[in-house]
This record gives sequence, structure tokens and C-alpha cells, in this order.
Amino acid sequence: MKVIRFVITGIIFGIIMVKSEAASWYRIQEMFRFQSFQMYGIIGTAIILGMISVYLIKKFQVKDTQGHPISFQNKDKRWPKYIIGGVIFGLGWALTGACPGPMFINLGYGYSSFLIIILGALLGTYVYGLIRQYLPH
Amino acid sequence: MFEFIKQPWPWYISGTAIAFIMVLLLYFGKSFGFSSNLRTICILAGAGKSNNFFDFDWKTQRWNLLFLLGAVAGGFMAGTILKNDAPLQLSTATITDLKALHIPFDGRLNPSAIFNWHFALSLKGVMIFLGGGFLVGFGSRYAGGCTSGHAISGLSNLQLPSLWAVIGFFVGGLIMTHWLLPLIF
Repeated sequence: MKVIRFVITGIIFGIIMVKSEAASWYRIQEMFRFQSFQMYGIIGTAIILGMISVYLIKKFQVKDTQGHPISFQNKDKRWPKYIIGGVIFGLGWALTGACPGPMFINLGYGYSSFLIIILGALLGTYVYGLIRQYLPH
Repeated sequence: MFEFIKQPWPWYISGTAIAFIMVLLLYFGKSFGFSSNLRTICILAGAGKSNNFFDFDWKTQRWNLLFLLGAVAGGFMAGTILKNDAPLQLSTATITDLKALHIPFDGRLNPSAIFNWHFALSLKGVMIFLGGGFLVGFGSRYAGGCTSGHAISGLSNLQLPSLWAVIGFFVGGLIMTHWLLPLIF
């Protein structure tokens, strides 16, 4: 059960991304052209409910399934990497219409050509690892 | 229930469901962030031997790989037993804009004019697929997370760095959509 629960959560996530159409190249284009509220509604709802959930988890010191208090790590404060890395990510997001989750979900959906995008994403991750010491953070 | 799931979901149901996934993973003692899997797969492919960025215990990330496998299976289920044959309802303004880029709207999840092997293996296609994927992989690792890690998990936890990252995601997306796509297509 310990193992299978992550698979089941992943299945639900995959279904959500297709049914919300957040895994659609068309919807990402619509979002970046400000021509529909759909994607903003999805992301906005998730963030607002997420903020309330995190606030309540902290306030009531909710414990996880192993009995440990749920803890949150603060992100590193150095900011250039978030801006530069973020812009690079955004360029790829609008071009392929896929962020890391949806590229795998689209593959499962039946769009086998997403394999090349996944290969590109793995190469990008690998090259970042190789040259990160030379990059501004 | 089955018929209800098969329809496209309204944004408030979808957004609620995504928040639920994040909370469920927190309850399991983990944190929602999909792009870490790309690094883990690099390690499994042998990247750790050559570089210290990949020299960490991938077994701590095994749960996330299982989540990834589930996501692929979820995509498969959404494309088979839960498939809805009604065309996607895209805004007419977007349909018009895409037509100007010679990308016809066909009512599916993704444009079949782009997402087919014939195009994917052409010179232009390889540059778009491999290059676009590269930008996503490189950028998400550089920024320390993607849409799930920063926009959902990070902003939910009021992390200012995640706000910078999300602003970056949008700036990049707007540059690609409005300046570069007309040059590419």
C-alpha cells in the first residue's frame, strides 16, 4: 500500500491534467494570449486553496502518515536563478505547451512524439548539472 | 459518476483537485514538485558518475518516480476509457491567432499538425521538440522547480522566490508566444 498510494495519486493527477485541459498545447497558447480565464482560474483556485491548506496545516501542526509534523522548507533566497531559470523555462513551456508533468501525461495519453520533448528535457537537466558552477545564481 | 468524470472539468473543480493532490502528498510526508524526476532519471541513466550535481541518493526520490508512472497511466486512462470525443472549446480569438501561424485548430488536446512523428523528425520539428524540451528541463532545474514546485507548492507556502520564478515563467512564455512563435511557425 505504501508504494501503490503514490501511483494512485499520480493517476489522479494525470486524469486531472487532461480533464482540466491544462495538458493541452492549445490551452497554454490561450493563456499566454490572455484570451480565456480557464488556466488562470485553475492555477488561481489551486494556489488559493493551497495557501489555506498550508496555513491550516501549520496552525494545527498536522502530522503526516508516519506521525511526523508536516514541515515546509523555505526556498533559497538568492533570486537571479529564479528569474533567469524561470524565463528559460517559460520559453520552452510556450513552445512545447508542456511543463514536466504534462509531457509525461501526454505521452500516456497517446502522443508518442512527446518522447522527444522528454528526451530534450532530460538533456537540458543534464547540461544544467554540467555547467551550473559557471552560471549566475 | 463515470459520465461526470468523462466531461471536461470546469476550472474551479480542476483547481480544487490540484490543491488536493498537493495536500495529499504533504500528508504522505512528501512535497509536490514534478521536475525533480528529470534529475532522478538522469541519475538512473548514469549521470552521477560524471557530475556531483547528480551524486545523491535517488532512492529518496523513488516515491516521485512512482508518482510519475501513475501520471503516465492517468494520461493513458484519460485518453482511453475516460476519453470524451467532444472537441476542445478554444476561444475564437486563439483559433484566429493560431491560424495566422498556420497551425489549424482541430478540436483535440494538441494540434495534430505539430504533434506527429513526421513533423517531429523533420529538421524544424527536432529543433522545436528537442530544443523546447531542453529549455523546459534546463530552466526548471536552474529555477529550482517548475509549475508544480513553484507556482503551486511554493506560492501556497508564500515563498517570495517562487513568485520570482513564476514571473519568470510568464515573461518567458510571453516572449515565446508573441515574439518568437511568429518567427518559428
